[in-house]
Amino acid sequence: MPYLELKDLHRDFGTVKALDGIEVALGQGEFLSLLGPSGCGKTTALRLVAGFDRPDAGSIVVDGKDVTHVSPSKRDMGMVFQAYSLFPNMTASQNVEFGLKIRGRSRGDRHKRVGELLELVGLGHAGDRYPHQLSGGMQQRVALARALAIEPRVLLLDEPLSALDAKVRVQLREEIRRIQLELGITTLYVTHDQEEALSISDHVAVMYRGRIEQMGSPAEMYSAPATPFVAEFIGTMNRLEATVVDGASGMVDHGGVTLTVNAARDRQRGDRVLVLVRPETLELAPANGDGGPNTLVGDVVTQTFLGPVTRLKIVGRGADLIADVPTAKAATLPVGTRVTATLPAEGARLLELTDEPRPEIPEEPGPGDP
Amino acid sequence: MSRRRIAPSAFVWLLLAAAYFLVPLIATFLFSLRSNQTGKCCTLHAYGWVFHNGQFWQTLRLSAELALETIVISLAIFVPTVYWVHLKVPRLRVVIGFLALIPFVVPPIVLVVGLLNLYKGTPSWFYAQPWGFLATAYVILAFPYMFFSLDAGFRAIDVHTLTEASQSLGASWPTTLLRVVVPNIRTAALAGSFLALAIVMGEFTIASLAAFKTFPIELEYVNETQAYPAAAATLLSFGITWAAMLSLLFIGRKRGQRAPFLAGAR
Repeated sequence: MPYLELKDLHRDFGTVKALDGIEVALGQGEFLSLLGPSGCGKTTALRLVAGFDRPDAGSIVVDGKDVTHVSPSKRDMGMVFQAYSLFPNMTASQNVEFGLKIRGRSRGDRHKRVGELLELVGLGHAGDRYPHQLSGGMQQRVALARALAIEPRVLLLDEPLSALDAKVRVQLREEIRRIQLELGITTLYVTHDQEEALSISDHVAVMYRGRIEQMGSPAEMYSAPATPFVAEFIGTMNRLEATVVDGASGMVDHGGVTLTVNAARDRQRGDRVLVLVRPETLELAPANGDGGPNTLVGDVVTQTFLGPVTRLKIVGRGADLIADVPTAKAATLPVGTRVTATLPAEGARLLELTDEPRPEIPEEPGPGDP
Repeated sequence: MSRRRIAPSAFVWLLLAAAYFLVPLIATFLFSLRSNQTGKCCTLHAYGWVFHNGQFWQTLRLSAELALETIVISLAIFVPTVYWVHLKVPRLRVVIGFLALIPFVVPPIVLVVGLLNLYKGTPSWFYAQPWGFLATAYVILAFPYMFFSLDAGFRAIDVHTLTEASQSLGASWPTTLLRVVVPNIRTAALAGSFLALAIVMGEFTIASLAAFKTFPIELEYVNETQAYPAAAATLLSFGITWAAMLSLLFIGRKRGQRAPFLAGAR
């Protein structure tokens, strides 16, 4: 039986559908990331779970009890906010102690728990400091300790790392996951950073226009995107529009080039499909004539060094491709080289091609932006 | 970090500003030292007269009590109101800001005539008593000062996040207000309180027209009848008002903590 359930949640703001019937079922101790671009409804969903807002329809169930209309102060949800939310008039210890005081815990009990939690987040030495004496990362650690102090039923994190610099972000996300696993606490994490979501979650739900497009394990989300939006949003994906020419052998036609894609087997001849190929699955070689089977020919127009791999942009007949190749190999394919890109028949993913316009992914505001 | 040096021209301006405030005080002080009989310097006779004048202390106490009452009522009304407006109906800020300007625009004489008519039918324990009618009028007079001070204080903190953080930890609305919000707008509340104190201690028109004998009324009476003691009383009241403001400041401060007004400003 799921521990946290969001059942058919709807929330409108005027004419905007912020949530359009989302469904989530999360087991006890599991970590779910709500991932999506700005305005997709992920923070609205989190605020409904926290009780700061009420749904227009649907319900929220925690441990079998409907909490949809329970006030936030009675929900037992620990929350870490995107903005620094420590009480400025209290020290780090007093911030962590606040929820325990509200619950009427004894002084000795409170002090013991505060000490344990500050140690847990690596700030045992900073209990006497006020928020303005702590760095952003330290403040978010205290905020995490404060949220955990009340032993919440669900831990809610609303883009807690977005205001921090890259190095601290990576460090802190790993700590959040370590602590979550150590305490076995059910966690709902909102982020627009796919790397963050994929690296620390048990499950990822990609949201778009108030709906959950797909929910699954990070590996599933990456390797088997169920919709064009998820394919576009998670990682980098080459999109090739094609028409099935032979369903039995999985042959499709892409701009006059015939490709074999196993996923196209059993499709009807004439079906319009979208062939999705990850950049790292393309095999590049200097072109020799028109290339072999399952290949596209094009010219390398840019190279972007990414460390162990180099990203090549290839402009070819009918399609622009992105390919990631080992950096050592990229040196043999300089800009201007004509190359053949071989598609893996096995690894390519296939989706139905609809007349819907290509999804737009709005840019996320930076940490300093309003 | 090297200390910034003050430019010589800044000293000139500082001296001019200090002279602007200090010269009248020094002149008043020298005047207050003159003898009532001979008009010559220097005697403390005027101060002795003030100290032994029961009316001086009685009216000073009444004005101080009225100031305290005004501050308490204003804070009790405006802190939750401004909090609620910032949290739930931020659009109303403009409307309340406009209303807060009315006591500035309406002359005190119009205000007092209007209030006297409005409260004419009320019980005498309210209408005829300074802590009823007069305190009500002073709360209205203090409204703009209190509102704009509190508004600035609330704008300097992230009211939404602090409130939601407090509630998610199990705090009720009153607990959130008293233990999270109020300590973080303390400087703003103190600023509003200073201004309310200063207004009430110096308010003359309403008290005079409503026939209440407050400290400014007494001061004006002494000024008409006893020139040198009036100067002494002015200086003493000035000192007492400043002492009251400083004590408010010390009450409002807490050791080891940066002013929350600044701490919340991000």
